[in-house]
Amino acid sequence: MTAQVITVTSGKGGVGKTTAVANLATALATDGRKVVCIDGDIGLRNLDVIMGLENRIVYDLVDVIEGRCKLKQAMIRDKHYPDMYLIPAAQTRDKNAVSPSDMIRICNDLRPDADFIIIDSPAGIERGFRNAIAAADRVLVVTNPEVSAVRDADRVVGILEAEEKGTPSLILNRLNAALVKNNDMLSADDVLDLLGIHLIGIVPEDESVIIGSNRGAPVVTDAKSRAGQAFRNIAKRIQGQDVPFLNLEPQNRLWGAIQKLTGRK
Amino acid sequence: MEKATSLVQIKGIRDGLLAAFTAAAWDDLCFALLAQIDERPSFFQGARLAIDVGSQILKVNHLVDLRDRLSERNVSLWAVIGESPTTEHTAQLLGLATRISKPRPEETQRADAAEDTALYINKTLRSGKRVEFPGHVVVMGDVNAGAEIVADGSVIVWGRVRGMIHAGAKGDRTATICALDLSATQLRIATEVSALLKPQKSPKPEIASINPEGHLQSEIWHTG
Repeated sequence: MTAQVITVTSGKGGVGKTTAVANLATALATDGRKVVCIDGDIGLRNLDVIMGLENRIVYDLVDVIEGRCKLKQAMIRDKHYPDMYLIPAAQTRDKNAVSPSDMIRICNDLRPDADFIIIDSPAGIERGFRNAIAAADRVLVVTNPEVSAVRDADRVVGILEAEEKGTPSLILNRLNAALVKNNDMLSADDVLDLLGIHLIGIVPEDESVIIGSNRGAPVVTDAKSRAGQAFRNIAKRIQGQDVPFLNLEPQNRLWGAIQKLTGRK
Repeated sequence: MEKATSLVQIKGIRDGLLAAFTAAAWDDLCFALLAQIDERPSFFQGARLAIDVGSQILKVNHLVDLRDRLSERNVSLWAVIGESPTTEHTAQLLGLATRISKPRPEETQRADAAEDTALYINKTLRSGKRVEFPGHVVVMGDVNAGAEIVADGSVIVWGRVRGMIHAGAKGDRTATICALDLSATQLRIATEVSALLKPQKSPKPEIASINPEGHLQSEIWHTG
């Protein structure tokens, strides 16, 4: 077994990197894969909260790097999936506590015992980002259908190409089909046209994502959520399966009304 | 120790430190540089380092490796000065400066060649990429928002322009900018600046130039 290292990054903050990491990892674990998540956002850790593991942290990534614990001791086993682990970031340090070669070393140590290592990159293009991409075999760029997020994604793609990390794949997060239909939001085609990279999934805007994140239960575990379905599909595509894209057309009014009625009463 | 100092000379400059590499094997040079740093870690702590690599031809992996090893020692590599165009290109790819404040003598020689040389770029320029060239620039691809081209001559883009283009940067008012879709955030020719910003529904090839009244204007390209 030798794991594939996948780094999730974006340039801009708040587009859903951490949510994507938690959901993809959970979806891969559901498919029976052994997954290790690494929170690369040293000093501003979040992944533990979204995965609902914050009260189990004893050791973190910086403790491993500085030799205060063994790698295995910093790996927190998930509550529901015994084959999913989190290596949390240190909250009391900053990005300089880790170097790109530390990340490469840790990933190489993890590779024999996992199928996927998923690294959550911090926002920005500085040290933390360099650390996060250093060991990557594959990079997923998350963006929202907003001009500013797309421009930052473009910058990140440029850096990845310059660093010879290959062309990344794109996750378009929080697409609102109704806004796109009224020409009030960039469409998937607009974004792809601009970035010119491979699209691996479109995640629709969905309240259940926020609810899931706050509860520490990623939305992929919610069978009814469309965003959850989108993340499950992306996980399948990461595993090399050919899954058709979701139909994101806004549902028609009659159907919406029926849903509303049946939902209320 | 004797060997390390003779391979790499480190001296202070206005912008930090400059390490001048001699013509030895790259691995030996890196080793010598890192050895010098490891010997006096407190002196190098947080330093900004420029390296003068002479005629070495360096690829991305060479510089990435050195940069990472320097950053582990809390030394930031910010500039790579070299004679080889490959090295210069590599440094630019990595966002490193290729000149330090003291201008190198080659710059003046380059300007003479400006009239008939062009830089050919066969890819899309993404946000954050800046291309400076003392001649014409031809891009086969798009110039995305956030990218910049500064050319002493004219600029031709076989694609869409969403970024900033400055043609005739040294004052040539006859320079032009042409593109298949010219909805740039900003165009400049010589000292004239124009914010065009008019996304078109069906873009047509356009050419921008300075008109006889002295204003920067763009018009649809007509053949013949």
